[in-house]
Amino acid sequence: MISTAEIHRDDETSKTGMWLFLFTEMLLFGGLFIVYSVYRYRNPVAFHFAAQELSVVIGTINTIILLVSSATIAMSITAIQKKNKKLALLLLGVTILLGLAFLVNKYFEWGEHFKEHIYPGSSVLALRGQGDVLFYGLYFFMTGLHALHIIIGLVFIIVIATSILRDKIDSENHVLLENSGLYWHLVDLIWIFLFPLFYLIT
Amino acid sequence: MAENEKNHIIPYRTFLYVLAGLIALTLTSVTLTQISLGTLTVVIALIIAAIKSSFVLRIFMHLKFENKMFSRAVIGVIALLCAVITITLLDYLNR
Amino acid sequence: MITQNSNEEPSYLDYKGKYKGIFGWILSTDHKRIGLLYLFSIMSFFVIGATIGLLMKFELIAPGKTIITAQTYNAFFTLHGIIMIFAVVIPGLPAVFGNFLLPIMIGAKDVAFPRLNLLSWYFYVTGVTLVLISQFTGQGPPDTGWTFYAPYSFRTTGNMLPAVFGAFVLGFSSILTGLNFLVTIHRLRAPGMTWLKMPLFPWTLYATGWVQLLATPIIGITLLMIAAERVLHIGFFDPTLGGDPLLYQHLFWTYSHPAVYIMILPAMGAISEIIPTFCHKTIFGYNFIVASSIAIAFVGYFIWGHHMFTSGMSGTALYTFSLLTFIVAIPSAIKVFNWISTMHKASIDLQTPFYWAVGFLFVFMIGGFSGLVLGSLATDIHLHNTHFVVAHFHFIVFGGTGYAFFGAMHYWYPKITGKMYDSRWANIGLIIFFTGFITLYGAMFFLGMKGMPRRYYDYDEIFHTGNIISSLGAMVMYFGLAVIIINLVASLKNGRKAPSDPWGGKTLEWTIPSPPPVENFNEIPVITKGPYNYK
Repeated sequence: MISTAEIHRDDETSKTGMWLFLFTEMLLFGGLFIVYSVYRYRNPVAFHFAAQELSVVIGTINTIILLVSSATIAMSITAIQKKNKKLALLLLGVTILLGLAFLVNKYFEWGEHFKEHIYPGSSVLALRGQGDVLFYGLYFFMTGLHALHIIIGLVFIIVIATSILRDKIDSENHVLLENSGLYWHLVDLIWIFLFPLFYLIT
Repeated sequence: MAENEKNHIIPYRTFLYVLAGLIALTLTSVTLTQISLGTLTVVIALIIAAIKSSFVLRIFMHLKFENKMFSRAVIGVIALLCAVITITLLDYLNR
Repeated sequence: MITQNSNEEPSYLDYKGKYKGIFGWILSTDHKRIGLLYLFSIMSFFVIGATIGLLMKFELIAPGKTIITAQTYNAFFTLHGIIMIFAVVIPGLPAVFGNFLLPIMIGAKDVAFPRLNLLSWYFYVTGVTLVLISQFTGQGPPDTGWTFYAPYSFRTTGNMLPAVFGAFVLGFSSILTGLNFLVTIHRLRAPGMTWLKMPLFPWTLYATGWVQLLATPIIGITLLMIAAERVLHIGFFDPTLGGDPLLYQHLFWTYSHPAVYIMILPAMGAISEIIPTFCHKTIFGYNFIVASSIAIAFVGYFIWGHHMFTSGMSGTALYTFSLLTFIVAIPSAIKVFNWISTMHKASIDLQTPFYWAVGFLFVFMIGGFSGLVLGSLATDIHLHNTHFVVAHFHFIVFGGTGYAFFGAMHYWYPKITGKMYDSRWANIGLIIFFTGFITLYGAMFFLGMKGMPRRYYDYDEIFHTGNIISSLGAMVMYFGLAVIIINLVASLKNGRKAPSDPWGGKTLEWTIPSPPPVENFNEIPVITKGPYNYK
């Protein structure tokens, strides 16, 4: 209602706000990394064997999918700066598809576990011992929260892509695209740590 | 400083090189961790993850080209998180 | 210092925008109106919380059941804690006075993200609503205390989920406010206002902003884990599934101790504004006060363990946390010395806000010293979970933040409302409030030392006298509060018109009319001198 709401655009301000928000995301997952460190320290053997049951192949594929999608969204910024709207949209489209592919993989991966009655609160899992309960509890909670962030990121990117389509974001005004990119990279960044912690350190 | 960096355009090939590097690091880390190296496995996996994330932060997230304030803040936040984990473990390692 | 605004510009109170009536407020993105939205909501919840507190003191006036059952008492101290901590003192000064004054004090027209600012108020209201819903739905209200300690928080039949989720949403609101302030301070300072020319209240808001930003996510994720524990039995804090309930305490206090600094830092900032104004003197040791704010925010992050001395931590952790706790007392003491030195040889104008500031110093020192008693390992074993702890944190949180809040209220009231209040009634209210406060919480120190546990609705006969004194104090304090609030509300109608600078303050807010015009400044001021220039 008040004209002060329409302060002239300041990209640096907008980007600073986004970075500060990313810090809160880092610490949100940071809290879970604390929990992970403690329980890994207390249950080294169980974590070791439980981690071996996760499919390294699917994990690696998903890691590469996210890395490629990060590169494509980063390149779309270059495209928009070079006034190449079509390429920017194409790259964003690829990013969205890769994000969806990640989720589909995750769906099948989780589905496999569910078939073996491995899920939080399952009595089969409880019989396998406390270390396994904690490992899978952390696994589902952390990858689940991460998947939720993927979904939020995808929605964010779709909104941005629509704005590009309507020329609301162009070579002069692309800070929102950069911000969506920052968010997506953060999601990637978290996966870069989740992947070795759950799949590799066997 | 921030003003002239705002229009910094990173060439496509930079991203492709970085991507290739990241994938190579991923595969290295997968390969190395399949060999049984004891506790070293954890260390190696985390070091590689740290290298990968520094690439993502510096190039993909443009930190290299932004105001230095952003990089400092990121380092500060990571240091803070590490400090909190260390202090929490002070309890668990000595209990 | 800068050009005076022309008086033709309508004040933010008279401004007619796109929306009329109540919508002109709840849809306004003007930082001043949002500040008042917060003021109104926070005061409402404060009165609710204080009333619950008073009812608890009525219950404690005699041993055994007096007016409420044990279960109701549990629900009461839980609700009292959640409301007072998450909905009153944490947002308190930043959301009300920070929102209203931060942009003005740094010479900006608004905060960096005005719409986000309004959104955070909506999160705030949603969060409190969820907490209140938890009282009236499900199988009875939450009864865990505001700390939601595991494993009880996921075993109790009380209706925890809405309360936990409400606290989560309140945390989100707090993060957004902190984020907004940080960006505002980084990007919107008036030309010439270098970091060390910034007034101290914005400085403390800056330090607070970082704590809000970096500590709150930890409680966010912890509360989500509690929810997951209740719904999915995920096992993180459940000893029967291998989890460690102590880890919950670690995570909870990793946020909730820094949260104490979210509460007290802006309070210290407000005091740092009031004291130089009424001493008509530059603040003593500006740089030290700034540095100590940063130091408090930083060290305050690493001392959470002193809430867990009797929980069974390792010895190494105990010593470390105790040492760090003592270290954090140093910057707080530096501030106190600087405030006292500012008063030294000053010609002090004895007005209501100054009395509040002095009251703050007095109760804050008592609270601080009792904190050292609790920070040392040996004495804490005796005093842990007694009324001594309750007295300590009420002296700090209510005595510190509350006194500063009312001090700020009386200091900036003319600026915010454009009216002067009746000083005589304000002072009378303060004296009654102060007497009640000292009686209420002072008695608790003695009760605690004798061993009366907290959160018990019943007690042994030997505690009876102390509890009678304490409960009487509660009634006096409640009455004093009523005098203060009624006086402020009545002055809205009866008060005479306030000049633009009633106290002789030198910071930017006193250079513009009271109440401020919509855009704050006709022309953005150019700053050439430090904030407290009384030469």
